[in-house]
Amino acid sequence: MMRQIFFVIFIPILTFGQEFYPIEPMHPIRYWGVFVDKLEYREKEKNLNLELDSFYGGDYHKLWLSLEAKKELKRGDWEFERADLLFGKAISSFFDIRVGGGYAGKKDEGRTRLAVELVGLAPYWFETELSFYLTHKGEPYGKLKAEYDLLLTQRLVLQPEVEVLASAKTIEPLEIGKGISNVGLSIRLRYEIKREIAPYVGFSWERNYGKTKELKGKVEESTFLVGLRMWF
Amino acid sequence: MSWHRRDFLKLMLLSGIAYSVPSFSAFRRLEVADAREKDELLEYTLVVRKEPVEVGQRRGVGTLINSLLPSPLLKFKEGKEVVIHVINEMDEPTSIHWHGLLVPNEMDGVPGVVFPGIPPKSRFTYRFPVVQYGTYWYHSHSLMQEQLGMYGPLILEPKEEDVIKADRDYVIMLSDWTDEDPHRILSNLKKHPGYYNFQKRTLGDFLREAREKGFYPTLKERLMWAQMRMDSRDIADVTGYTYTYLMNGQTTEENPTFLFKPGEKVRLRFINASAATYFNVRIPGLKMTVVQADGQNVYPVDVDEFRIAIAETYDVIVEPKEEKAYAIYAEAMDRSGFVMGTLAPRKGMKAVPPPKREVPELTMEDMGHHGHMGHGHNHHHEGYKMMLDVSKNPFGVDADMVVSNPMPKLDDPGVGLRNQKHKVLTYADLVSAEEYPIGKPERTIEIHLVGNMERFIWRMYSYDGKKLSSRFEDVIPLRYGETVRFVFINHTMMHHPIHLHGMWMYLDNGGDTLNPRKHTIDVKPAEVVEVIVKADAYGNWALHCHILYHMDAGMFRIVKVG
Repeated sequence: MMRQIFFVIFIPILTFGQEFYPIEPMHPIRYWGVFVDKLEYREKEKNLNLELDSFYGGDYHKLWLSLEAKKELKRGDWEFERADLLFGKAISSFFDIRVGGGYAGKKDEGRTRLAVELVGLAPYWFETELSFYLTHKGEPYGKLKAEYDLLLTQRLVLQPEVEVLASAKTIEPLEIGKGISNVGLSIRLRYEIKREIAPYVGFSWERNYGKTKELKGKVEESTFLVGLRMWF
Repeated sequence: MSWHRRDFLKLMLLSGIAYSVPSFSAFRRLEVADAREKDELLEYTLVVRKEPVEVGQRRGVGTLINSLLPSPLLKFKEGKEVVIHVINEMDEPTSIHWHGLLVPNEMDGVPGVVFPGIPPKSRFTYRFPVVQYGTYWYHSHSLMQEQLGMYGPLILEPKEEDVIKADRDYVIMLSDWTDEDPHRILSNLKKHPGYYNFQKRTLGDFLREAREKGFYPTLKERLMWAQMRMDSRDIADVTGYTYTYLMNGQTTEENPTFLFKPGEKVRLRFINASAATYFNVRIPGLKMTVVQADGQNVYPVDVDEFRIAIAETYDVIVEPKEEKAYAIYAEAMDRSGFVMGTLAPRKGMKAVPPPKREVPELTMEDMGHHGHMGHGHNHHHEGYKMMLDVSKNPFGVDADMVVSNPMPKLDDPGVGLRNQKHKVLTYADLVSAEEYPIGKPERTIEIHLVGNMERFIWRMYSYDGKKLSSRFEDVIPLRYGETVRFVFINHTMMHHPIHLHGMWMYLDNGGDTLNPRKHTIDVKPAEVVEVIVKADAYGNWALHCHILYHMDAGMFRIVKVG
C-alpha cells in the first residue's frame, strides 16, 4: 500500500520540473459538405429533378445523407424518390464503402431498403458508384453509375454519365423489372462560374428492358435538360 | 446628393489615402520594431490584433502584430538576451515561434507541445539568449494565423564583425495573401483537392501536344497519368486564383523598391513566409551570389535563379553595375502568379517583368517511375534502400502512391526549372562555410512523407526499424547527445518543406564536415533526402511540413529529446 502511494504521489512530484510540457492530443478535423449534383429541369417530363449528397465527418469516417426528389414544374410539391442515411468508411486509397438504409419510391407504396454502396474514383478518372439494395420484401437490386469530367477549358467541362440498373426480381412500385431493367446515358456541359456553382445544359437518353418497359409504359425516353450544379 | 459623398469615399479608397488611416486598414510595409536596450538585454513589445487588410480591390481580415503586414523586423544581437512581451488582444489564442532559432524548449512557441499557447486577452513573455547569427523569421503557430499576416523577419547580428560585406542590406520577405478564411481554404481542399488549380490539362492542350508529338505518344502519356488518377499539373494546392503574392507586404503594382548606387554590393535577405507557396527567384541581368542559407553562412555560389521553399531563407549578394531598374522577380512555383519588386538607382523607377514561362509539368520521374521514360541525372545514382517494406502499401488509405525506389535528387533543380539555360541553385551546391564535426550517426529513423491527394490527407510516418506510426501522440524519442540519421522519403507528387524545431538538420550532400545545416529541408516528389541530427537540446520539438494546409491536415510529429 505504502509502495503504491509512493509511486502514485511521490514519483510525479519528484520528477516534476524535469518533465517536458505534456503534449496535448491533436483534435481530428471534422467537416461537412452538401453537394447538389443535379438540380435540373427535364424538358420532356416538365419535371424538376434533384440529386443531393451531404456529409459530416473526418478523413476516414463520414455520415452521409443522400436523396433524390422530383417536382412537377408548374404545380405539386417535392416528392422524394429516395432518401438514404449511410455510414461511410474509407477502405482504400480511392474508395469508400457506405452502409445504411432508407426509403425508395412513393410514400406508403415504396420500399424500405438496406443499402451498401462502393463509391470512389476508379483508374482513368472515372467517378463510380456501385450500389446494392435489399428491400424489406427481400428484393435485391443494384445500380452502377460512372461519370467522367472532360475539361474543354479550365471552367467548361463536358461530363458523360452512364447508369445501369439491374434487379433479381420485379419490383412493381419502383418500376423496376427483373434482369437488366434500365440503361441511361447522359451528357452535361457545365460552366464553373466558381468551383461551387456551375450551370449546365445536357441531353439524357434512357432505355428500358424486359418488364420495366411495361411498368414504365415506354421503351425509350430522351430529353434535353438544363440545370445547376452546386456544392458548399 | 448622397451619391456625391459615396463617390468621394470611393475615390479616397482608390487613391490609397485610406492606407494612411490606421484604424481603417493596416499598414503594409516592412518596419523595424523599436527595442529597449539595457546592458545585455533587448526588450520588445508585440501586440497581436485582428485588423482589416486591403490588398488591391479585396478586403480581408489579418491577424497582425503592431498593425503591420508583415510583422515588424526584429534585430537581435548574438550574445545578448532578448525579452519579448506578446500582448494578445484577440478573442482567440495565439503564439509566436522563432523559426530557426535555438531556444529553450518552453520558449519555442508551439501550443500544446511546449506551452499552452497565449490565451485570448492575455500576455506572455518570451525570454531567451541569442546564441547564433543570420537571417531568420518568426510566425504564429496557432490556428491558421500564419496565413493571415502574422509573420515577420528576424536579423541576428553576429557578435564579431560580419564576414559578409555589403554596402546595403535589405530584407525581402515573400508571402501569399488571401482574403479568404484559411479554414475555408482547407475545407475547400478536403472537398475538392483541385479547387484552386486553374491550370489543368484540357482537351485543347491534348490536341496541341498531339500535333507536336504525335497522337499515340500523347495519348499514352495522358493514359499513364489517368491510370494513376494523378494530375501532372498539380504543383500547388493553393494558387494565384486566390493568392496575391506580396514582397514586404506590397504588391507588384505598389512596386516595392530597393535602392542602390551602381557598383555597390547589395545584400538581399530572402525569406519565404508563405503559407503554401514556393517561389522561383530571379533578377534578370544580375548574377546572385548565395552566401547564406537558413541563416548559415555557405561557401559563395553564383546563380541566376533559386527556388526558395516555404520557411527557407537565402541571403544573396548582387552587384548591379548599370544605372537601370532591375526586376526582383519571384514567381510562384506553379507560375499561377508572381510578385515583383524593383532594384533601382532612384525612386520612381519600375522594372519590366521577364516574359511568363510555361506552366510546369510533373514527369513520370517525379512520380518515382524510373527507366526508359527518365532522362537526365538520376541514372548513375543508386536508389535508397528502405528499411521499411513498402511492397504492400503500409500506409493504407493515407497514401495514393508509394514510391518503392526513392532517388536522391539533390542536384535536380526540380519541376519547372530543369533544362534552363542559366544556373539554378540546387542543394548539391550548398557547402557550409564553417566546419561541423558532429560525428557519425548511430542509428537511422525513416520519415515517410505520405499523402492522398483525392482525400487531401497528409501524414508523416516514422519508422526506426521496429515501429511504424503516424500518430501525433506517438513521439519520436531521441536520447540526449545521440547522433541520428533522419531519412525523408517523399511518397507524394508534391514538394514538402520539412522543418525541425530546436535542432539543426545537417543536410548530407556529401560534404562530410562541410555539410550545410538547415532548419527547413525541401523534399521533392519521389525524392529521398538524408540529414543528420545531433540531439543536443532537451524537450519536445515539432517536426512538420511547413505547408500550412499539410501541417493542419496531419503532417506533424514531435521529436522528444530526453
